[in-house]
Amino acid sequence: MTATSDREQMAYVSAQAADARVNVELDTGDMTLNIGPQHPATHGTLRIACQLDGEQVVVAEPIMGYMHRGYEKLCEVRTYPQCTTLINRIDWLGSFANEVPFILAAERLMEVEAPPRAQWIRTILFELSRIANLALFLGDMGVQIGALTPVFFAFRDRERVLNQIEEVTGGRFHPNFDRIGGLKDDLPKGWIEETHAVMIKMRTFCDEMEDLLVGNEIFQARCRGVGVIPSDVALGYGLSGANLRASGVDWDLRRDANPGLAWNEVDWKVWTHPDGDSFARYWVRLQETREATRIVDQLLGGIPSGPIMAKVPRIIKVPAGEAYLSTENPLGEMGYYVVSKGDLGPFRVKIRTPSFNNISVVPWVMKGVYVPDVITILGSLYFILGDIDR
Amino acid sequence: MPQLPGLIKGLGVTARTAGRTLFPKRGWKTLIPAPQKGAVTVQYPHEKEAPPDRARGVIALHEENCTACMLCSRSCPDWCIYIEGHKVKAPPRREGGKPRTVNMLDRFDIDYALCMYCGICVEVCPFDALFWTPEYEYSEPRIADLLHDKDRLGEWMETVPDFLDYEAGSEQKVRKVPR
Amino acid sequence: MSLLALAYWQETGIKLGLALAVIPTTSLVLVYLFLFKMMAFMQSRLGPNDTGPYGSLQLIAEAIKFLQKEDIHPAQADRRVFRMAPVVVLASTFLLYVVLPAGPDAVVENLDTGVFYAMAVSSLSVLGILMAGWASANKYALLGGLRAAGQLIAYELPLILAVMGVVVQAESLNLQRIVEAQATGEIFGFGAIGNPFILTQFLAFLIFMIAAQAELTQTPFDMPVAETELVGGFHIEYTGFRFLLFFMAEFGTAFAFAALASVMFLGGWWIPGFDVDDNILNILGPGVMLGKILLISFFIFWVRFTYPRLREDQLQKFAWKVLIPLALANIVLTGIFKVVF
Repeated sequence: MTATSDREQMAYVSAQAADARVNVELDTGDMTLNIGPQHPATHGTLRIACQLDGEQVVVAEPIMGYMHRGYEKLCEVRTYPQCTTLINRIDWLGSFANEVPFILAAERLMEVEAPPRAQWIRTILFELSRIANLALFLGDMGVQIGALTPVFFAFRDRERVLNQIEEVTGGRFHPNFDRIGGLKDDLPKGWIEETHAVMIKMRTFCDEMEDLLVGNEIFQARCRGVGVIPSDVALGYGLSGANLRASGVDWDLRRDANPGLAWNEVDWKVWTHPDGDSFARYWVRLQETREATRIVDQLLGGIPSGPIMAKVPRIIKVPAGEAYLSTENPLGEMGYYVVSKGDLGPFRVKIRTPSFNNISVVPWVMKGVYVPDVITILGSLYFILGDIDR
Repeated sequence: MPQLPGLIKGLGVTARTAGRTLFPKRGWKTLIPAPQKGAVTVQYPHEKEAPPDRARGVIALHEENCTACMLCSRSCPDWCIYIEGHKVKAPPRREGGKPRTVNMLDRFDIDYALCMYCGICVEVCPFDALFWTPEYEYSEPRIADLLHDKDRLGEWMETVPDFLDYEAGSEQKVRKVPR
Repeated sequence: MSLLALAYWQETGIKLGLALAVIPTTSLVLVYLFLFKMMAFMQSRLGPNDTGPYGSLQLIAEAIKFLQKEDIHPAQADRRVFRMAPVVVLASTFLLYVVLPAGPDAVVENLDTGVFYAMAVSSLSVLGILMAGWASANKYALLGGLRAAGQLIAYELPLILAVMGVVVQAESLNLQRIVEAQATGEIFGFGAIGNPFILTQFLAFLIFMIAAQAELTQTPFDMPVAETELVGGFHIEYTGFRFLLFFMAEFGTAFAFAALASVMFLGGWWIPGFDVDDNILNILGPGVMLGKILLISFFIFWVRFTYPRLREDQLQKFAWKVLIPLALANIVLTGIFKVVF
């Protein structure tokens, strides 16, 4: 067509533009769907940018850093006792477990060792925070895939564990109880018996979850074969904790690299599952919660008597040096690389958090799954946002 | 025995919980619904939860013991304790002795809007002047009112519970709260 | 026919008023009894407790709260369609109530093709849902709307096929006639409790309940809503009163479907085993009906609070590979028995 006037030229151009727009709008190729930063499934502010083809995910990329609080930097301008208050807030559901590796690293630098009673009580509180953390996962996984009730059961029974932690430490979520060289205080009277009763309740809770979710055919249909991570991929991405054990790798820092806590003294088992799918991850965590209640029960029976603080100066100055120490936290391997120059506070702290690595497998595992599976996989990988963006 | 399908088991779990919530009592009163007793929730404004004695609710100040040494203020991770004091000459302890120099406390404020309840100040206090109490009802409509001065902090002293006895095998000494 | 002789317009006025009053009330009853109280008890909670006796006025408080909210349209939304969508959904619920019988004469309109009408009208709601999903200009809403459409096509079929069994046995599409067939029927010559079709059509009842669960978008089939993945699905952008309309429609339809199930399978207003005069049944009927409806909706909500949600493709598979063949087999079996006995 040859334009005979400006007006026709304009009409032609605008018609072409309209056609182009329609073609773009009707393109059924890919749709970008931002899951997050504000989305219930990301429990926090994680963002998963997905390219969708229909309901199928083509590419999924986790974008982190919406809740970065700069803890590594903040630790540099604080003294060692002040650091633990920050470290509590990294994995906010199992907060006592966060303190332990940092304190142990500092103890290694100072070459002090906590007395056995302190180590036992540390282990008990460590396992209690593991139970509190994993119990919430067990319920939350249900709510991620649509069941309303399990999460209320989880909150109900986790409360009992938190009460026990609060009775000793004074804080439900931020105990700040671990000190270089021991613990802040000893157990109050009558606590051991109460905790035994709570452990029985927690085992009932695990049975309920087994009936309500694990045995449920709909749950199995949603979880089995969804988000399979083979063991070599899991190792390659640096997964740790239950995510790794669910891929069939028999690896547990509590057993393999015990930094002096009381796990060696009791009889327990590392659970693994060969499948590596979402169901396996749920199942392994369920068994781990049960195992943790057994560990606590055994430890409560044999707490040695003695002091709870080693001899440390009142004002703590850590001698110059470097130490890396990691423990098996509820979410996986959590480690602290502490560099000291002999000051009141650390010179540099590198925090290795499990969730950061666990979530980095997302682009690999989410290729070709459906949108609901994205939620299942996110739920079963189990991250805590404070643990990703520390 | 063949296994029940998981779907039916799940229904059983919820029904059982509903039953336990509705009919918590055993015996002849079994059939009277009493969800108030069966539920685990606490109906907050009507009934109050009792936190354990060690709970870190609010910090109480025992003013007589405070020497304005500033240790708590300096060790606070977010600098929410404000202390001002001045020195005065106190009469000598014994007849004919030298007059002593005593720190008098002018201002002791804790800003609970900033406080993160870590308890370091209570721990470092060498003179037993700071204590935790499990009280928790001190929220304010205005954020500035969360700054508790020394009178307000002194009022909390009444609510400080005695320190708990320790579990067997402990070598800790039970401390006393100054009253 | 009845004790009162009324002009047509008077009768219509009364019926209209009743229908308008009934829908908010029914959703109020369902929400209070099941969503607030039963769910709370199943989770060791108490539920709302302060508004009114035992928290029974909570929903009214919520409704007032919704009315106070600002009416927000997304900037990109197709405004007219966006506003119409909740009304279309609610209209489908209203139309359903037209044929539900509560007594021998207590029915708004006794249609000869009652079952057919109910099935047709109930599927109107998906139109509203699709409108809402499309007009919201939101990807989550769009996914939710499309899922709802796919789900409806998959589940309308087993629903209708399950009802066919009942229709064949009752030899009528009229809901009143279906009730009468159950009242006067007998099971292999045993007629003391009549023939509630739940006994002879148990398979159809199961299929009907499963399909109704999907139709009502209740868990395990609530993918169009899916709070944790689509964050509310098609009604993600609705606020205030428009959201309230969706909410009322959801529970109003749940009530209507429970009513349909109790009419077709439990015998509606008829009291099993008693031969009661029609005029008394007109008064007792609504009560009997309500009891049966609450029983059925108890099961609907019990399942809702217990189960996780299926995936869309699993749901389609379940519908086409399990429910529809079963429903067809049920029709064939019913036909054979009807001819033989």
